[in-house]
Amino acid sequence: MTAFFTYHNPKKEYGKLPQQGLGSMTNEIIQQKLTEKFGDQLTNWEAQFGLLTFTGQAADNLKVLQFLYDDETLRFRFMTDLTAVHYPSRKGEELCVVYLLHNLVDNIRLRFKVYLPIEKPDVFTASKLFGSANWQEREAYDFFGVNFVGHPNLTRIMNPDEMDYFPMRKEFPMEDPTRRDKDDEMFGR
Amino acid sequence: MPRPVQYNTNVKPAVIPEGYAGEGYFSTTFDKIVELGRKNSLWPLPFATSCCGIEFMATMASHYDLGRFGAERLGFTPRQCDVLLVAGTISKKLGPVLRQVYLQMAEPRWVIAMGACASSGGIFDSYSVLQGIDQIIPVDIYVPGCPPRPEGLIDGVLKLQELVQGESLRRRNNPVYKELMESYGIQ
Repeated sequence: MTAFFTYHNPKKEYGKLPQQGLGSMTNEIIQQKLTEKFGDQLTNWEAQFGLLTFTGQAADNLKVLQFLYDDETLRFRFMTDLTAVHYPSRKGEELCVVYLLHNLVDNIRLRFKVYLPIEKPDVFTASKLFGSANWQEREAYDFFGVNFVGHPNLTRIMNPDEMDYFPMRKEFPMEDPTRRDKDDEMFGR
Repeated sequence: MPRPVQYNTNVKPAVIPEGYAGEGYFSTTFDKIVELGRKNSLWPLPFATSCCGIEFMATMASHYDLGRFGAERLGFTPRQCDVLLVAGTISKKLGPVLRQVYLQMAEPRWVIAMGACASSGGIFDSYSVLQGIDQIIPVDIYVPGCPPRPEGLIDGVLKLQELVQGESLRRRNNPVYKELMESYGIQ
């Protein structure tokens, strides 16, 4: 019969959410350094599940990202994720671009949000700073229509090139209208 | 641990067409011979995209052998196959590719839509999935299921064989067929 065992690390607390800032770098230090440099351009500080989140101005996103990259104590040199969200109820700033940054040395994560109006969703590209931003920005453009100014190749990445709408926006219907066999009664609409 | 051998006593013999038989020869009309030949040697092209492709592989394997019914040789090129077996989810981006593959097939050609996704889009009712391949190519047999059991696919192939037996030899000049092709935009 096969032997079956799991690795048990007695020092680790299983079943709990990972805590940030167990070492010398904490959320408070990051917040303090950022407010020293940028003041009240950065708003809406909160920490969900220990992940520090803040909102910035769309025109200054590169300044904030560059500062987080260059600073020798902050060292946020890895971008885990770049995605977009559509909030149709926030008038004037419907699209939100979310950057998820990671400090590999101190193991701390940070979420940086930038809100954009839907009539003119322009924001500067982070692809010169982070290599992973290239395709992720193409995906955000493909599904939400966020225009990344300065991107080397801003074309659709997953959907067919001839598509002229942005599927993940809330005004686009979730279900395909050509389907004939689904009736409203059985599907609860 | 040996189990008692089971012999299949329920075998249904194949129906021989009418004709004159003698010592060492059998003669019928030409179209009956061609029908028999076409029916029992359908070479499929497995256009397998996702889970139904795996189920198709299981059907071709030894337990539920599809090679018994003449589909032993799978031609992976449309130029050499008779049946286009579309198994799996077809996205809207793959639609023109599938149409091109169908156009490259030579007459006589048939299409089996295997599974829920190929028949009608399946559970993926979204912006990216084509809701049924019959929006782009004409389909002969729909095999429902997600994925269909191998027995179900074999049943579909047997029904296709009955369909093939009933076809005229040169159906491309038939006005009904021409009208169908026109409706899909295929010459």
